[in-house]
Amino acid sequence: MKALNEMKLTLESRSVNESFARVAVSAFVASLDPTVEEISDIKTAVSEAVTNCIVHGYKNTMGRIYIWVGIFENNVVKIRIRDRGCGIADIAQAMAPLFSTEPEERAGLGFAVMQSFCDKLSVRSTPGKGTTVTLIKTIESREQC
Amino acid sequence: MPVRIEKNKNLTTAYLSGEIDHHSCVLIRDEIDKTVNMVAPRELCLDFMHVSFMDSSGIGLVMGRYKLMHALGGRLRVSGVSRSAMKVMKLAGLDMLAKIDCKGETK
Ligand SMILES: Nc1ncnc2c1ncn2[C@@H]1O[C@H](COP(=O)(O)OP(=O)(O)OP(=O)(O)O)[C@@H](O)[C@H]1O
Ligand SMILES: [Mg+2]
Repeated sequence: MKALNEMKLTLESRSVNESFARVAVSAFVASLDPTVEEISDIKTAVSEAVTNCIVHGYKNTMGRIYIWVGIFENNVVKIRIRDRGCGIADIAQAMAPLFSTEPEERAGLGFAVMQSFCDKLSVRSTPGKGTTVTLIKTIESREQC
Repeated sequence: MPVRIEKNKNLTTAYLSGEIDHHSCVLIRDEIDKTVNMVAPRELCLDFMHVSFMDSSGIGLVMGRYKLMHALGGRLRVSGVSRSAMKVMKLAGLDMLAKIDCKGETK
């Protein structure tokens, strides 16, 4: 299905860009007239995915983060966040709540947050090649566009 | 500065502000830990009243401070949590580790 509207954003994997990424995506989605809660859910989920690219995907290196957002019929929003970093060997293990490869300061809940704040989460990854996270959320707008 | 700390042996309060993510967390964490290790308070309160955004980095922040206070034989309290931040904290079961007060409790 073709998107009614879409945008692309490429960022360097600097932690200072985390806030820009979530604000940019939520501003793009704002045309659907989402509620405050929906905006905050999207910001949080995007923040998780982008942070993962920076702290895990490009750990100790610098790379690019590719974000694509599409708006489809019936207010369906698809957000794809991709890195060309280290990749994930065992996706099921990585997605399990409380699993983290950096357990000292990280809670291991990023994927759990993405899962509960969006309608659908899918993760594709190839070790050595990179990771793509796709988030899908329907905005229950006050007014259908 | 995203954190202002009121030192007191009985109760040390860290007033957090702005957005808590992986980027801002590092500074906040170091600042709190420096003070807590120096003062060794009986209770540490993390005040979220002026926090406008929080992702799972905030969970790591609370959990890490819980561990630190536990190691020092003290307690942790979390206050002024917004509805959206509470959603993230509940997901992590932080309400089992510390007493959490929400913003405008009455409802
Ligand atoms: N983009 C990525 N590239 C490589 N590994 C990743 C990526 N995203 C996640 N992972 C792996 O999956 C694990 C779980 O991710 P998740 O976001 O759930 O937790 P976390 O990042 O470790 O902690 P938190 O998000 O709570 O701070 C990570 O510890 C990491 O090993
Ligand atoms: Mg994460």
